[in-house]
Amino acid sequence: MRIFKAPALLVLLLIFGSHIQSAVKTDLLLLNIFPVYLSEFGFFENMQNQLPSSEVHPYFLTSPLFSDQTDKLRFVFVPDGQKLEYRKDQVFVFPVGSTLIKTFAYLNTNGAMDQQLLETRLLINTDDGWQAISYVWNKEQTDARRAIAGATIPTSFNDSSGEIVDVRYRAPNQNQCKECHQVNKVMTPIGPKPRNMNQSIQYESGAMNQLLYWAAQGWIESTLDASTMHDYKDVSASLDGRARAYLDINCGHCHIPGGSADTTGLYLNFTEQNKEKLGVYKKPVAAGRASGNLKYSIVPGHPERSIMIYRMDSLDPGIMMPESGRALADESGIKLITEWINKL
Amino acid sequence: MGGYIQAAIQIIEPSPDAYQEIQEALILAEPGDIIRLTAGTFMLEDSLSLDVDQVQIEGEGMNQTILDFTAQKSGAQGISVTSDNVTLQDFSVQNAKGDAIKVKGVTNIKFLRVKTEWTNGPDPENGAYGLYPVESTNVLIDGCVAIGASDAGIYVGQSKNIIVRNSRAEFNVAGIEIENSYYADVHDNLATNNTGGILVFDLPGLPQQGGHHVRVYNNRSVGNNTDNFAPEGNIVGEVPRGTGIIIQANSDVEIFGNVIGDNDTVNIAVVTYGSETDDKTYYPHPKSIQIHGNKFGPTGYNPDTSKGDLAEILFDLSGGDMPDIFWDGLLPMTQLVFGQPEGERLMLSNNGDATVLAINPIGYMLPYFFEPAILDIREFEGTIRPLAPVMLDENF
Repeated sequence: MRIFKAPALLVLLLIFGSHIQSAVKTDLLLLNIFPVYLSEFGFFENMQNQLPSSEVHPYFLTSPLFSDQTDKLRFVFVPDGQKLEYRKDQVFVFPVGSTLIKTFAYLNTNGAMDQQLLETRLLINTDDGWQAISYVWNKEQTDARRAIAGATIPTSFNDSSGEIVDVRYRAPNQNQCKECHQVNKVMTPIGPKPRNMNQSIQYESGAMNQLLYWAAQGWIESTLDASTMHDYKDVSASLDGRARAYLDINCGHCHIPGGSADTTGLYLNFTEQNKEKLGVYKKPVAAGRASGNLKYSIVPGHPERSIMIYRMDSLDPGIMMPESGRALADESGIKLITEWINKL
Repeated sequence: MGGYIQAAIQIIEPSPDAYQEIQEALILAEPGDIIRLTAGTFMLEDSLSLDVDQVQIEGEGMNQTILDFTAQKSGAQGISVTSDNVTLQDFSVQNAKGDAIKVKGVTNIKFLRVKTEWTNGPDPENGAYGLYPVESTNVLIDGCVAIGASDAGIYVGQSKNIIVRNSRAEFNVAGIEIENSYYADVHDNLATNNTGGILVFDLPGLPQQGGHHVRVYNNRSVGNNTDNFAPEGNIVGEVPRGTGIIIQANSDVEIFGNVIGDNDTVNIAVVTYGSETDDKTYYPHPKSIQIHGNKFGPTGYNPDTSKGDLAEILFDLSGGDMPDIFWDGLLPMTQLVFGQPEGERLMLSNNGDATVLAINPIGYMLPYFFEPAILDIREFEGTIRPLAPVMLDENF
C-alpha cells in the first residue's frame, strides 16, 4: 500500500469530476487516496459551518475522550446499501469505504472569542484496513489541508466559565493515530461501540436514538443487544460506572491486552475485572520518573499516593497520561477519578 | 534491473523545520529506504516515530549526529519504532523527556553504534530507559553507549532472541537490564559507574514472564558505585549502590568469563522477587543459575544499606565481611525441606578465590539450631551444562 501516489487517470477524474456537487467521492475512499484538501472528499455541503452532505450523518458518543477541551463534531459516512456488523462489546465492523469524520474545534460558546476549527481527522476503511489522516484548518477557516507529520497549533479558547486558556494544540501525525487506534497491530476505530452510542440525539428530522437511526438507515438491526456505558459527566450515575466509563474511553484503547500500553500489564478497558490489573496496589513497570516517587498505580482511599492521578495531572511529556492527545489537564476527569479512588 | 528495488536515500540536515522533515520522511518512507541525518545537532520539540518496515535511520556518527530533545514538548519518547526489520545506527539521542528510543512489538531490530544520553549526569528527572526494545523478537544491540538513564541504560523487556554486545553503559541506575525475556546473550560489554551493572530480572503481572536462558559473558562490570537515583516505586529503586550483577527470578542463567569488581556492595547477587503479587502463574525464585570462570575484584568494602533489604541482611550475616557472590537461599517450602532438584541448584565453579554467602532460610529463622548461612563455596560445585548461544540472522 502506498498513499499519495494517485494514478494519472484518477487525477484527471478528480479535476473533471468535481462538478458533481455535495456528493461524497467514494472513489477516493475506496482507492485509498488522500487529496490535499478536505473539501475534495465532498463530506460537507458547507465546510465552514460543518454542514454535512446528505449521505453524511452526525453522531455523538456517550462518553468522549478528553482532547484539550475541544468540541468535537462527529460524522459518519457508510457507502450506499452497505451494512455494519455487530459484535458484543466491540466497535461496529464498518464496510469498506466507510469513513468516520471528526472535527476538533473551539466553538467558544461560553465566551467572546470566535469559533475556531482546528483539525478534521478522518478514519477511512480501505481495502488495506483503516487509514488515519488529519487535515488542519487554514486561518480563513475555509478548508483544511492534509498534515502528514501532524501540526502544532498555538491558540487560545474560552473554557466553560469563559476564561481564556492558552494551549499548544497538537494535531497528531499518522503514527500517533496508530498509537491509540491499533490493537494487535490492526487499526480500528475506538468510539462507535454500541454501548457508547445508545442515546438520543438531535437530528435534522428530530430527536432519535442513534442506534434506531442507524437501523433506519439500514446499517444495523434495531434489535441488537446494546448495554449502555455511563456518561461520565452524569452525576446521577454510579461513581464506579462513571469512573470506569472515563477510564475506558480515555485510557482503555492503549491499556488493553494487545494495545500500545500492554507492556505495562495495566488494563483499563471497560471489561477488565482484575483489581491488580486495573491498578490497585499495582507497581509500575517501566514508568521511571513518571512514578512520581509513588509505589502503586492506585492506592485505595489515597488518590494523593496513586500514580494514576499524578500522571493525569502532569503536563510533562515524560510523565503525562495519556502520553499524546492533550496539552492540558482534564480537571473534571481528575476530580472524578480522585473521588473514585477515595471510595475504593 | 529486473525486480531490483532501488533504495531511496533521503538526506536531512539540521534546520528549524527538521522535525517536520524527518517525521514526514519517516511516514512516507518505503521499505528499503534510508533516512540519513547529517552531522550536527537537531533540536526537536516532539517525538519522532517510525512505523514502516525495513527502514534504516542513520546518522554520521554517534558523536556527530545529535538528536537533542532538551526542549521536548510532546511525546513520551525521543524516538518510537513499531515496524519490523529496522536498523538504527550512528546517532545520539539526548535528553529525551521520557525514554530515549522505544521499540515495541517488532521482529528484527538493530541498534548499531547508537548513543542515548542525559547530559546532566545521574538525576531522577532523567528519562527511564535509553535503548528500550520491548515485546520484540530478534534484537541486536552492538557498539552502543547508554548514559544517565534513571532506570536502565540498555533495557530489553518481554523479548526473545537478544544479543547485547560491545556496548557501554555508564551512570545509569541499571547499566544493562534483561527483563522477562527469553534467549539473551549479553557479552563483551562494559558496565561501570552505574548503581548496578547488569541485571537479569523477571517481574509478575506482565504479558510475557518466566524469563529464562540468559548468558552473561566476557563483560566487565566494575566500579558500579553511583548512588541509586531511581524515583521510588520502580523495581530498580531497590538496587543498592555498588552491585555488579543481579539475577532475580529467572531460570537457566549462565554467568561466565566476566570481570566483576570494585563494586561497593556485592559483585553478584542471586535473589527471589521480594514483593507480594496475586499472579498465580509467576515463579519468583531463581533456578538453574550457573556462575563459572569469572574474575572477581574487591567488593563489599562500602556496602549501601539504604536501598532494599539485600545489603543490610548481607552485612548482618557476614559480620561486615561481604562476599563476592550472594544467594538469598529462598525456595518453595517443599524444596527447603526436601532439597532442590539437582538440575535447579545454584552452581558456582572455577571462580578463583571468590567467596560466597548463601542464606540457609531455616537456619536464618532458627539460628540456635542451624547455621544461618552457607559460606563454603565448594558446596556449590558441580558440572557446568553450557547453554546454547543465541542465533540471530543479523543480515535481515
